[in-house]
Amino acid sequence: MLSQLGDDAKLLAGGQSLIPLMKLRFANPAHLIDLNFIAGTSYIHNANSALRFGPLTRHAEIENSDIPARIPILYDCAAGIADVQVRNRGTIGGSLAEADPSGDWAVVLSTLATQVRCLGKNGERTVHLKDFIQDAYTTALAHDELVSEVVVDIPAKGSGGAYLAFKRAAPVYPTASAAVQLTMDGNVCKDAAIALGCVGLTAIKAKDAEAALRGRPISERTLSAVAEAARAAADPQSDMRGSADYKRTLVGALVRRAITIAVRRARGEHVEVSHLYA
Amino acid sequence: MNVPMKVTVNGKLHALDVEPRMLLVEMVREQLDLTGTHVGCDTTYCGACTVLLNGAAVKSCTMFAVQADGAEITTVEGLEKDGQLHPIQKAFGDAYGLQCGYCTPGLMLSTLQLLSENKQPDEKDMRKAIAGNTCRCTGYQNVLKAMQLAAQNMKGA
Repeated sequence: MLSQLGDDAKLLAGGQSLIPLMKLRFANPAHLIDLNFIAGTSYIHNANSALRFGPLTRHAEIENSDIPARIPILYDCAAGIADVQVRNRGTIGGSLAEADPSGDWAVVLSTLATQVRCLGKNGERTVHLKDFIQDAYTTALAHDELVSEVVVDIPAKGSGGAYLAFKRAAPVYPTASAAVQLTMDGNVCKDAAIALGCVGLTAIKAKDAEAALRGRPISERTLSAVAEAARAAADPQSDMRGSADYKRTLVGALVRRAITIAVRRARGEHVEVSHLYA
Repeated sequence: MNVPMKVTVNGKLHALDVEPRMLLVEMVREQLDLTGTHVGCDTTYCGACTVLLNGAAVKSCTMFAVQADGAEITTVEGLEKDGQLHPIQKAFGDAYGLQCGYCTPGLMLSTLQLLSENKQPDEKDMRKAIAGNTCRCTGYQNVLKAMQLAAQNMKGA
């Protein structure tokens, strides 16, 4: 249908971003193709040490599944997006395909090994998340392709993660957010992935911050260095949610806090996290 | 070009012809005259338009009416049964969980989803359940009391 209808056609998943954008006339598609009536697009499969999410799996389904106990960072994300009503409609595939700079899933999934399966007229292909999201609202999807599955490798045992978003209120996009997934060896961080949200055109993988954490003991000195590197990696814009300086400071603090929670979780502690509100 | 659709609203099946771009809240208010569902912000923020779609709370301003084809919708008008207020409605009155009342239908439907999944919610559960409903009068304290009272009243129901 997409190839028949041409460039003016758009796919409708949960609609929690697209419909508001259409009301503002930022999106003005001539044709909308509703994916919600296609059976079998909402599922969570656990096989071969990977989780496979159907493209229309709702945030609420992930929040209420048995995943949270095993991969807390996914729960932090699923349970923290907007509010109950939005989570009942919004989908993981739609969030990635939308590629909103303030979207939550892209940030969290950047810290895990994530692949996006794209289905089109010429068959299915698999794209790494880092190659999938190319720019703000821009993905590797061809016009006649859609997201058919999101595949996330289950982190190794002894790995812990956390996702923290700072929001002015539940229904709004975060002002800034940080995702950390790390593996510990005693008090030393063996490996770490750090991603920042809402402080650039896409989720930012903070490589210097990761390097400042990898192989180091978790100490005040390390945390300060990592937070500093995260602030440097951020490239925020001033807007109604806050000034660029404010967001940069905020994202450093979020990274620091997310690391301490991730470390505790890596040790097997149960730590409940909720997003922070202004 | 209108599109035919069938939808069950508050237990009653309706066969309708709607414009594809019509929002669910417009269908509920303008085609079915169920004006208890309110439009507050029309930007997916305030939750005044909350209805239940197959039991799940959704913002009816952020869904097209045709997407509810074949679905069951509950609006605030569907809470009352045989002239008797629903325990949630009664609790919101008894605990003064409303002032101007504009947000109240949405708050009650969010409460209904919560209590259908969790019979004994704690304060955190309740706050999370209504995080998508904005109230500019009450400061939420009496809303939480009303939700607690509703949970008590519905025990064993």
